[in-house]
Amino acid sequence: MTTATTPVVRAEGERRRAGSIAWHAGALLVLAVVLYPVIWVVGASFKPSKDIIASLDLLPTEPVWANFSGLADGISGISIGSFFWNSLVYAVLAVIGVVLSSSLTAYAFAKIRFAGRNLLFTLMIGTLLLPYHVLLIPQYVLFRNLELTDTLVPLVAGKFLATEAFFVFLMVQFMRGLPRELDEAAKLDGCGHLRTYWSIVLPLSRPAIITSAIFTFINAWNDFMGPLIYLNTPEKYTVSLGLMMFRDQEGISNYGSMIAMSLVALVPVIAFFMAFQRYLIDGMATSGLKG
Amino acid sequence: MTLVKEAPVRPAGKRSAPPAAGRRGRRRENLAGYLFMSPWLAGFLLLTAGPMIASLYYAFTSYNLFTPPKWVGLDNFTTMFQDPRWQKSVEVTLKYVVVATPLKLLLALGVALLLAQKRRGQGLYRAAFYMPSLIGASVSVGFVWRALFSDDAIVDRTQKVFGLDVGGWIGNPDYVLYALVALSIWQFGAPMVIFLAGLKQVPQELYEAAEVDGAGPLRRFWNITLPMISPVLFFNVLLESIHAFQVFGSAYVVSDTRCGPADATLVYTCYLYQKGFKEAQMGFASAMAWTLVIAVALVTAVLFWSQKKWVHYEEAAK
Repeated sequence: MTTATTPVVRAEGERRRAGSIAWHAGALLVLAVVLYPVIWVVGASFKPSKDIIASLDLLPTEPVWANFSGLADGISGISIGSFFWNSLVYAVLAVIGVVLSSSLTAYAFAKIRFAGRNLLFTLMIGTLLLPYHVLLIPQYVLFRNLELTDTLVPLVAGKFLATEAFFVFLMVQFMRGLPRELDEAAKLDGCGHLRTYWSIVLPLSRPAIITSAIFTFINAWNDFMGPLIYLNTPEKYTVSLGLMMFRDQEGISNYGSMIAMSLVALVPVIAFFMAFQRYLIDGMATSGLKG
Repeated sequence: MTLVKEAPVRPAGKRSAPPAAGRRGRRRENLAGYLFMSPWLAGFLLLTAGPMIASLYYAFTSYNLFTPPKWVGLDNFTTMFQDPRWQKSVEVTLKYVVVATPLKLLLALGVALLLAQKRRGQGLYRAAFYMPSLIGASVSVGFVWRALFSDDAIVDRTQKVFGLDVGGWIGNPDYVLYALVALSIWQFGAPMVIFLAGLKQVPQELYEAAEVDGAGPLRRFWNITLPMISPVLFFNVLLESIHAFQVFGSAYVVSDTRCGPADATLVYTCYLYQKGFKEAQMGFASAMAWTLVIAVALVTAVLFWSQKKWVHYEEAAK
């Protein structure tokens, strides 16, 4: 390298370096715009309320903790922790439901040859495109007649009944890719379907299951319309509804605490994302190619 | 990305039957199949098929939850088509779909092309661009958006530098919808990742051959990249436009909870929510829901029909 580099090679190297700099400049520019709102909310949560909108600085000149300590008072007698606990219970139940029901269903579609499989699979895929709103009202009427509104049941029932077709589809595609020799060998060894599902297919499908679990957790945590329609008692509110309540009660006067709580509400999602982004991104990419 | 390569779609039910599968074996397989999928089957009947039939029935009734539904024939639909707020919601939704979807996909494709080049830190960029797709749906981000686009906040002040004074997008009926559009575009990460996966599947030999033939970058993009990723493009267009038709949370949170000002962000589902859950007009709301289903089905059908003209499927691809 140090000795005779011909002018052609040097020119090529320089061109490549210039290309690399241009590339990073472009990528960083997009990155700055994309991450601006995220950094802004972190900075704003340490600003005094009056500065949040008016100040153009991304970060506070003198950071204050008042916004966060203000959260300890809760909203009209309900502690912030209550909202977080409710969201956590909802999200964990949703994850358990989706993983169990979707993997069982996916196993049937991927590994068992039964009459009517193709028709049912088509129906399942069809529900992917169905606007949820057409089910909203009759489902509400159903759960209302069963006197289950203002509980978590309407929010998680669908998760235990594999209604989230996206995850079933993701797992089916994954299970179909597993070597068929494995479950054929298991069958020769006398394993029934339950055994094959539990000891062979389920452990091997871990990537698809983790993807579904994380997506489900984040979706449940972010869910707004479900809780808005089904939950009426503030004590049962999830974080999304707690935030809305905060806004309605405190309004513009306590902007700081509202932004602080927004940030705290985002923490679980961002933490999950950072820990599992590989799975999430690969899961998303896979779904697109199979469409 | 290993998932993509190792899981070719196998046409279901085309495998040769295992040797021992007699009639009894087949019956046992049927039973096992239905047992395993019983959660989905129950969910499909109770929470999808049943409700669909019920909402079809409600669409022809007057129903306020407290008294039994009363059959009114096509009344809901005729009232709906003449309702100025319904017309407004259709207009707002179409505007949102038509503006947000192409812009979002354009940005997603542009960034995907950028990230498809092998550079240091690629994975980091990819992850950072994807994040808004996950947090964008939360009420928290709705608040942040409200703050960023309100009067005298960052967007407003930047505009003033260019001599455009609109007093914040949130309170301005002419602009507030575009704050929602911006929020949608900001979540370009999900389609971007799908584009990236598609770009990785394009055989490099094609580019090398084209380069030997003297094709420039623009020509290579137009004649190789675009046709090769057209199935992925189709998938993204389909998914994103269907999602855009159903936008709710951001319209509810970012503008105010009435989807105003002046109904400027009264997206379809927001009006449906108001009619159903605020005014307890379940029949009318069901008629609205079915109209949405028909609209989405039409868009899907048109897209599927159009794909013959522009989506390139490689026959030989395994």
